[in-house]
Amino acid sequence: MNPALRIPAEFVAPSTEDAYLPPFFEVGSFAFGKHSLLILLSVVLIAAFFMYVVRRRALVPTKGQYLGEMGYGLVRNHLGRDIIGEKDFRPFVPLLFTFFFFILVNNLFGSIPVLQLPTFSHPGTAYVFAAVAYVVWVGVGIKRHGLGHFMAKMTMPPNVPKVLYIILIPLEFLSNMIIRPVTHALRVFATMFAGHMAIMVAAAFMAYLATEVGGVLGIGGSVFGLVLGLFIYFLEVLIQILQAYIFTLLFAVYVQGALQEGH
Amino acid sequence: MNAMVLAAEEGQSPLFPNGWEMLITFVGFAILLFIAYKFIVPAFEKVFRDRADAIEGGLAKAKAAQAEAKAARDEYNQQLESARLEAQKIREEARSEGEKILADFKDRANLESARITENAHKAIEAERAAAVVSLRDEVGTLATQLASKIVGESLNDDDRANRVVDRFLADLEAEQGRTGAAR
Repeated sequence: MNPALRIPAEFVAPSTEDAYLPPFFEVGSFAFGKHSLLILLSVVLIAAFFMYVVRRRALVPTKGQYLGEMGYGLVRNHLGRDIIGEKDFRPFVPLLFTFFFFILVNNLFGSIPVLQLPTFSHPGTAYVFAAVAYVVWVGVGIKRHGLGHFMAKMTMPPNVPKVLYIILIPLEFLSNMIIRPVTHALRVFATMFAGHMAIMVAAAFMAYLATEVGGVLGIGGSVFGLVLGLFIYFLEVLIQILQAYIFTLLFAVYVQGALQEGH
Repeated sequence: MNAMVLAAEEGQSPLFPNGWEMLITFVGFAILLFIAYKFIVPAFEKVFRDRADAIEGGLAKAKAAQAEAKAARDEYNQQLESARLEAQKIREEARSEGEKILADFKDRANLESARITENAHKAIEAERAAAVVSLRDEVGTLATQLASKIVGESLNDDDRANRVVDRFLADLEAEQGRTGAAR
């Protein structure tokens, strides 16, 4: 159970299993918990927000529509058009949009009291996203260039002496085709997980000092823990937004790399 | 207890995923992607496109209006220019017409005055001639009467009297001619 709720006599640092709360209900091995609820909630929130603000399709936008256009425009123009390129970006806009806002909202859940769970701190979520991204960018690359040429593009960097390909081909294959999707998933998972843990540690630290140690030292230390926790909290908000952006940006870069002509 | 929690408590790596969570994530992702693809992206794209069209249309309209205004101004200027030329021509014509009329009138007046002068000359000449004739008669009679009174002899004899008068008048004319020449 959560040490922030059940204060032990000895300080016990929160561990990874504290990121997993008991589910609301179970059907066989299927457990519907907070994590699943938040995933579905994020879908409803994003869809409702964007469909609500753009319901009038006004030429002169209202405040809400303007906000929606800013968010949509960021993904469409800065992540889509500017990186994938004017010619090819349009089919990828829905995917970029879904990646960015899904990750953004789910990350920010980690900073909203009561919800307080960044869903990407559970590795499965991150794996699914990285897998979808991987399948898409490899797929469009093969569709554009054919399997052989695409593999050559990915594993044979140009302007290199032929002999070096003996080393480079396996290395590039490992780097582009295997490590790339793994890091894509782990980057967002690890930052969310670590942030979540850091907040939990700060909270547990603060609660332990205030209730178990007590006295001037305990209260003072607890205030320090509060300040530390707040600092980590705001840092987390920043990281949560940044990670959503980075995940989508990297996906756009991968797609651009897979689509580009020449070698 | 959740299988995942149990797994974690058994020292399972935090990197080990829960299959059901993955499924839920994938379903949620697919639903949102579908909504984005079907509704959100087309709606925003339509707004962007409509706005671009509206701005470009407005610009084109403004350009057309400007061109129209320029054409109208050119036409107006042209009309003004032609009106000015027309006015110039009319003025020129009026002036030459006026001059012609004036010259006509002058000619006619000159002719009239010449005619009047000539008539006057003629009248004067006629009257002078008449005066000369009557004077000659009168002077003759007076002179004869005077001479007969002086001479005491009747000069009633017409032949003689006429000769005398003629000689006198001839003398008179000769004298007049001399003084006229001297003058």
